[in-house]
Amino acid sequence: MCQVDEEYNGQLDHRVTPRVSKKCVKCKENTTVLIIRAGDAFCRGCFKEYFIHKFRAMLGKNRVIFPGEKVLLAVSGGPASSSMLSQVQEGLSRDAPKKLRFVPGIIYIDEGGASGQSMEERKRAVAQLESVFRATNYHYHIVHLEQVLSLPSSVLEAGSSATEKPQTGSSYKAAVDHFIPTRKNQNQHPDLSVENAQSLLSNLSMQEVQNGVTSPITHEHTQALQRLFASVRTPTAKEDLLHTLRQHLILHTARTQGYTKVMMGDSCSRLAIKLLSNISLGRGASLATDTGFSDPRHGDVVIVRPMRDYSSKEIAYYNRMFDIPSVFIPGLDSKAQDKASIQRLTESFVTKLQTDFPSTVSTIYRTSEKLHTACPPQNTNTQLSAKCLLCVCALDTKLEEFSAYQATLISEQLSQRRGPGPDQGCETGDGGCCSSAKSTVDLKSLLCYSCRLTIKDMTALDALPQYILSEAERRRSQMREEISEFLLDEEENEAIPRVNGS
Amino acid sequence: MAAPIAIHLEFGGGAELLFGSVKEHHVTLPNQSEPWDMKQLLVWIRGNMLKERPELFVQGDTVRPGILVLINDADWELMGELEYELQDKDNVVFISTLHGG
Repeated sequence: MCQVDEEYNGQLDHRVTPRVSKKCVKCKENTTVLIIRAGDAFCRGCFKEYFIHKFRAMLGKNRVIFPGEKVLLAVSGGPASSSMLSQVQEGLSRDAPKKLRFVPGIIYIDEGGASGQSMEERKRAVAQLESVFRATNYHYHIVHLEQVLSLPSSVLEAGSSATEKPQTGSSYKAAVDHFIPTRKNQNQHPDLSVENAQSLLSNLSMQEVQNGVTSPITHEHTQALQRLFASVRTPTAKEDLLHTLRQHLILHTARTQGYTKVMMGDSCSRLAIKLLSNISLGRGASLATDTGFSDPRHGDVVIVRPMRDYSSKEIAYYNRMFDIPSVFIPGLDSKAQDKASIQRLTESFVTKLQTDFPSTVSTIYRTSEKLHTACPPQNTNTQLSAKCLLCVCALDTKLEEFSAYQATLISEQLSQRRGPGPDQGCETGDGGCCSSAKSTVDLKSLLCYSCRLTIKDMTALDALPQYILSEAERRRSQMREEISEFLLDEEENEAIPRVNGS
Repeated sequence: MAAPIAIHLEFGGGAELLFGSVKEHHVTLPNQSEPWDMKQLLVWIRGNMLKERPELFVQGDTVRPGILVLINDADWELMGELEYELQDKDNVVFISTLHGG
């Protein structure tokens, strides 16, 4: 079955184009325009209903967005996030009691500096997106990736959740019920209540300062960013690093502007690809948080993914049929070859498989739905040092006897040639890192397995943004303080055998 | 025998990068005795319009997996995919759903 030149001799037919009836499966009246999944044909009107309903059902099923909350929408300009933006607009515009109730804001991250675009191209893309955002009348923030170089190191700390909101259904319902009469009372009273005044004020400020860019981007910033990405050798690590920096920027904006939730526009197909490529990247321990509906790893800001039920086909058709504006911005991996990076390879694998077996993506999706974190993620007793420096998920590199991690270290040790002269032992206990600089070794102990792989691909660690390096330094000194009382005095330390006698 | 067919082509989702970043194209397919079908259209596009990297658009006989095709705003799976015969003034849209276009 798995041989290369296997002849099936007609046992396997080529996938037969399904001869579906020309009538919509739902209303059975209108002519169909589109096939979803494996043979459900919908007409235009039914498809629109189905699409809109799915969004609201996703938010309603996972009751994490409370009424009145400030939610940041991460819009990249691509089809999925533009579709999410239009769904939010649609949901907020209906009349009560069915309408969604939260306060949205938009963030767009301009990554042109990393992908090598010229300033004019970036300005053009930003202008196009700004016109889209202005039409929504929501507060928006345009953030350039260069601003990651000036982030404070507090962005790497997990905050505690702002208020004690128990995640039970009854409290959500109570919150919703409480919200409605409060709004009604406010509208009836002639004098301005606090909430009305606040919303009026925010409208005023929105008209004055639409743009969230505070510092202009200089050429030096762009060059520093390009130096950072040039020091990364493989496209896989580049994409991983870009993703991490993007998350940090979004988190920082959410924290400073007071948003408690962030909505990302990952579609079902994207998440299926992300699931498989994360396993290949060594992120298996954090699969549940990376691909689940809600991602609580940062503590005070929760990332939700309301588009995770939509396949990219549905999104593309909806955008086309109902004229949702989306801007295509070429990124790091545009026109890259299939085998350029792990992420690209996984994407081409899954999409090819999907054409012949249309239930591929949904099967992967159902599997990911079953993943849950073993222990409550918001464990306030977890020390800071137990979280990865870059991706803020729990460190999974405790060196246990007979663990898979120990096996990788041993095989790494065996496959590296021993060079003459360097120290045999490293303080952190890692096996085969003798040839790397001491700073790499120290940084590695603060990272999870896959972030270590990313850092290993970097040639110049000092190109990393300042906040990462200073936070690493701070954690190292914190660790040193904690174990200092257990350490022997420096002169009496015989634990590390010195190869050089001097 | 068939008259030349005028087709309106559109590219979206990043596929336009392969066609000189131009999203809309009006093309006229030349005369030929049999009616044009989608398979021949793809061959024609590959030969006449694709500026670079044909493997990012066409794979074998059909489009690359991940590229959606709409014929007159309807899914081409409903029209017979590659066997659909093109009519004059048809509107064919290619939308790429892949990350890198």
